[in-house]
This record gives sequence, structure tokens and C-alpha cells, in this order.
Amino acid sequence: MPSTEHIIELAYLIATALFILSLKWLSSPSTARRGVRAGEIGMFLAIAGTLLHHSIVDYKWIAIALVLGSIIGVPLGMVQMTAVPQRTALSHAFGAFCVTLVGTAEFYLRTPAIPRMLMSVLSMEVILGSLTFTGSLMAAGKLQEVLPQRPITYKGQNIVNLSLLAIAIGLAGDLVIHPGHVHMFPVVLGIALLFGVMMIVPIGGADMPTVISLLNSYAGLSAAAMGFVLDSKLLIIAGALDGASGFILSVNMSKAMNRSFSNVLFGAFGQEQASGTAQKQQRPVRSATPEEAAAILSAANKVVIVPGYGMAVAQAQHKVRELFDALTKRGVDVKFGIHPVAGRMPGHMNVLLAEADIPYDKLLDMDEINSDFPQTDVALVIGANDVTNPAARTDTASPIYGMPILDVDKARTVMVIKRSMSPGFAGIDNPLYYLDKTLMLFGDAKSFVGDIVRELGGGGHR
Amino acid sequence: MSSDLFTSLYVFMLAAFIGFEVIRRVSPLLHTPLMSLTNALDAIAVVGAIILAGEHKTTLSTVLGTLAIVAATSNVVGGFLITDRMLGMFKASRTQKPRP
Repeated sequence: MPSTEHIIELAYLIATALFILSLKWLSSPSTARRGVRAGEIGMFLAIAGTLLHHSIVDYKWIAIALVLGSIIGVPLGMVQMTAVPQRTALSHAFGAFCVTLVGTAEFYLRTPAIPRMLMSVLSMEVILGSLTFTGSLMAAGKLQEVLPQRPITYKGQNIVNLSLLAIAIGLAGDLVIHPGHVHMFPVVLGIALLFGVMMIVPIGGADMPTVISLLNSYAGLSAAAMGFVLDSKLLIIAGALDGASGFILSVNMSKAMNRSFSNVLFGAFGQEQASGTAQKQQRPVRSATPEEAAAILSAANKVVIVPGYGMAVAQAQHKVRELFDALTKRGVDVKFGIHPVAGRMPGHMNVLLAEADIPYDKLLDMDEINSDFPQTDVALVIGANDVTNPAARTDTASPIYGMPILDVDKARTVMVIKRSMSPGFAGIDNPLYYLDKTLMLFGDAKSFVGDIVRELGGGGHR
Repeated sequence: MSSDLFTSLYVFMLAAFIGFEVIRRVSPLLHTPLMSLTNALDAIAVVGAIILAGEHKTTLSTVLGTLAIVAATSNVVGGFLITDRMLGMFKASRTQKPRP
């Protein structure tokens, strides 16, 4: 007869295997949902196994907390797709909150007889956990627009922030060496919490994809540290997987925004604020009406639509789907070119377009689509700006020089739906708009696309 | 303790390598579901919180453990739910219903 201990360990072992399979199956949309099932079964086994643990003497609070957590979790799982970034930031905060609370409890249970190695890992757990907690709350607030989206910067900000972190680490080091300095623990916690806030203050809305990924990585690492403290292999592995995932996404995002790797690690990005608004020129642009746009689109063989966050803000994705359908019905080959930072988090734009029922095989990554632009008749830019700016390729003085962009300017005709000529988030003028082949379609993305669709459907009898 | 710590470090290192190799293969198409799924899996921290709340060693540890279970459980439930909802939206061309 195996003991309860063995049953629990076996449950954890199976859960670990299922977690890895879960991520493996996520590699393709056809097996991805199986991945979710695997993750759910693994989670169920792990929780069920844990409930058998011999040291549990009272189930009352566990039961209440499980029920309460589920009640909070359901609405968080049912949010609108446009709200997924802030939901994700909030869940990073919850995860980090859990880790910080457990770390704090472990500290007060074991102090002052904490071995140095254990205390080092415990400090890491608590510092990472608490800075991720407040940092993620700040990020969620900015994404939900309850906090100002504009970055707030001041002189010496990086020095202040890094000093805060250094003090927190220094005091934690003191705790490691002198386990009796129990009163230091809340100070370390407080400074780490403060650092989390200060870390996000200078970051603007456009940098959110990187920040969310980075916080994801921190949340994973803090959970792994908790695994070290509790000597739980399952937790170490889950934390390592989450940390690795966040790390890969952070690197992807920073490459897509042309920011260096050390910038990512220290979270010190979004500093250079373009002052390009002052030197804006009054150059002539060509504009077009929905009728003209519809005529050009229906005459095309190959169309690439480049959606940006503006499309999501205008809630235009369903109208874009109608445009996709109308053009596809006329035999036009329509694809979508998606920049990695097109949404507010990695992959966000794909989810928004998939929600609007656009088949995922038409959604192409920047690297996949860029070679197609020279053979493209019309590139239709909806609510995207900086990611189509050819100055990133050619103008070394431009603040976004070197950022990988979608080469829409290589298409035969470019159409840009935009409210007005005002520059984008970074305040950088876009030379794309002044090209001879570019037509500006001024108006709200949703109603303009709707007008084009009406033209295609109504007067379109051949 | 220190030999345990090294075993743990080995486990961490191997898991990180596996994580890199597995997650590198996830298409950028699914990066948002990837993040919400890893977030749900990360909420496995709930097992530590359950033991903490159930052990009933001190009032502080029970309160903190209970709160931690609430936070982690909401991530488990919300994370799996939204990941599944998102993945359900991804359809290939051939399965698309013909529009009237």
C-alpha cells in the first residue's frame, strides 16, 4: 500500500508532466484547446493531492477561500477581448500577491531560525513578488485608463528607482546575515512595493506589451523562488515555465520595438520622448472617399490589411471582417499583416481579429508578410501608425530608427484610415502619408470601413 | 538544506531549458493565450497556500494563507476560462461558415 505521501507526490509528478504537455500543445491552434484541458487536469490533480496532505488540520478556511476565489475568477475569465491586457496584468498582480503572502507567512513562522540560504531565496521571493504585485496593479490601471497613460518622467528617475531596489536588496542581505533583525522584514516589503509603483510610472501605453511580458516573467520567477522555499518541485517547474515564457515574450517585444536587451531587464524603457511635434510640416496629402476606396479595393488582386490598436479602440474589427468577406467574395486575396506590438500585449491583435471570425490562417506575422508587400496591390492601414513608418528604415535621426516595421510603402497603393493628420502616440510624423501612392481616408475607422463595405455590396453589381 | 537547494537548482535549470524550447515553438498567433495559460499554471502556488491555511499554525499564517488561496484560485479559474474562450475563437478558413 502506498502511503498518502506517495500519492501526493505522484499527483504532483503527473501534474508537472501535464503542464509541460499543456504548453507543448499550445504550439498549434489545432491542438491548443487540448493543452488547456491538460493544464486543467494537472491543476485539479495537484490541488486534490494537496488536500490529502497530513499537516492540514482545518478545511474550513480552505473551502471558503476556494469558493471565494472561484467567484472572483469567473468574471475575470469572461471579460471582453479588448480588456484582456488589463485582465492579464491584474492576474499577474494576483499571482504575485499570493506568492508574497505565502512568503511573508513563511518568514514569520520560521523566524528567527532561518538558515541563510533559505532566507536568501525567501527574500528573493518576497521582493520579486511584491514589486510584481504593485507593478502589475499600476500596469492594469494604466491599461484600464484609470491612471494616466502618458509616461511620467523626472530627472534622475532611473537613479532613484535603482537605489530603491538596491536598498531593498541590501536590507534583505542584512536579514540574511542577521536573522534577528526581524523588524527589517516589513521595511524590505514596503520598499519593494514602492519600487513596483515607481518602476511603472515612467512607462507609457505604447510600451505596455513589453511591460506585461516582463511582469509575467517576474511573476514566474517569484513563484519559482517560492518553490525553493517550500521545497516544491512542482512549483519550481511551473514558475520556471512561466518565467521562461515571459522572458521569451519580453525579448520578442523589445526586438519589435527596437529596444536593447538590458533595457528590458531593468525595465528602464520609454524614456526618449520625441519632440517631433514642433517641426511638423504642412505637406500636401491625397485623400479619398469611401466610393473611391471601394473601387480601388475591388479592382485589386491582392490586399493586405494592417490593423493597429486604433482599430480596436474604434471597435472596428467586425466591420473589418465584413470588408474581408465582401472582398473575398469578389475573388480578392485578403491577408492581414500583424506587427508584434500591434495590440496592448503580445498577440492581442490576433485574438481581436479571431473574435471577429477572421480565419487565423489569414493572420500573418510581420516576418511572414513583409516579403509579400511588393506584390500587393493595396495595403490598407487601419489605426496603425508608427509600425508602418518608413522613417524607421531610412531616417537615422528618427526616434524610431531601426524598429522593424511592416513595409506597406512597398505596396502599389497604400490607403490609411485615420481620424486626422495628428501624429501617433510617440509624436512622430509619418512620411508614408505624403507619398504619391498613398491615399488618406479621413474618418472614424468603424464608420469608414462600414461605408466601404456598403459601396462594395450595394453598387457593386458587375 | 544546501543539497536540497542544489537539487532544486537543477530542477529549475532543466525546467527553464524545457520552457525555452517548448515556448519558442508557440506561434506568435497564440501569444496572448500563451500568457493567460502560463498565468493559470503559475497559480499552482495555490498548493503552498492551501497547506499554509490548513496547518493553522498561527492566526497570521492562516489569514495570509486564506487570502493567498483566494488570489491564486481566481487566477486558476479565470485563467483557464479566458484561455479556452480565446482559443475557441481561432478558426481556420475551411471551417468558416459560408456567409449568406
